[in-house]
Amino acid sequence: MAKMKGAIVVNTERCKGCSLCVVACPLDIIALADKKVNRRGYRFVEQTNPDACTGCTSCAIVCPDGCITVYRKKMDN
Amino acid sequence: MENIISPENIVYQKPKLLNDTDMHYCPGCSHGVVHKLIAEVIEELGAEEKAVGVSPVGCAVFAYKYIDIDWQEAAHGRAPAIATAIKRLWPDHLVFTYQGDGDLACIGTAETIHALNRGENIAIIFINNAIYGMTGGQMAPTTLMGMKTATCPYGRQADLHGYPLKITEIAAQLEGTCYVTRQSVHSVAAIRKAKRAIRQAFENSINRRGSSLVEIVSTCSSGWKKTPVEANEWMTDKMFDFYHVGDLKNTVED
Repeated sequence: MAKMKGAIVVNTERCKGCSLCVVACPLDIIALADKKVNRRGYRFVEQTNPDACTGCTSCAIVCPDGCITVYRKKMDN
Repeated sequence: MENIISPENIVYQKPKLLNDTDMHYCPGCSHGVVHKLIAEVIEELGAEEKAVGVSPVGCAVFAYKYIDIDWQEAAHGRAPAIATAIKRLWPDHLVFTYQGDGDLACIGTAETIHALNRGENIAIIFINNAIYGMTGGQMAPTTLMGMKTATCPYGRQADLHGYPLKITEIAAQLEGTCYVTRQSVHSVAAIRKAKRAIRQAFENSINRRGSSLVEIVSTCSSGWKKTPVEANEWMTDKMFDFYHVGDLKNTVED
């Protein structure tokens, strides 16, 4: 069966670590980075389990700063 | 993984009209989401060259720095008056104002009500977070009863502070308005609905159908002294009981 695989790219310099995407992700695979900050001093988010992402775009839609680009591809296996 | 991240697989990205300037808003602020929706709608309407925004005084005073369309900065509360002039001089343009509750529902109440009552062909985006965010969290006309702010530290009381102003309900009673709605941007579903509302308001302006008012019930995590996630929860718990979300008036036939 064809399966949707997704991937996100976070603009970590633009991210303010508000965590709205962390709550919006239905698979719970986004989290604030541990002990890492960007040049403005914000903890940014990163994906914790990239293989599980389906590219549903929920995280990107709720992001107030438009930091997340979402990719999605149909996999034939 | 690497073969997924390629331009042909992009399903969502920051709209091009929203430029790369870092927004000054606090983390999690609803303004960012609404800015993004406005940029997306203008792109989808192909109105990049015909859109004129009027920015307010308040947190959104720098809106003109973030969305790459024509803007005019207005004196405090006077955005609907400026928008009236722009739309009358350029009748084929998409003209909208972007105002907060302090700008629209306090100092600019007269301009707002009269512009809407005259049926000016403009769209008003009204961000209502029930507090004065920029100046440090003071009580606004839209502050809820019992809500604590810097200037009503024991909570808003009717005998001392009066009652919260439902400007959107007032607008729905005016003959000049064609579309009055209240939306929010706290969830994916709500954001999709808010985007449709903004799109309709902008189409009403382009097609000269009358005034449109889109209120967005918003959060102010800094003013409310909560995290962005807690602020969204507080908004759905407390704000929606008083500020009911949905269309109040729509005279435009689909």
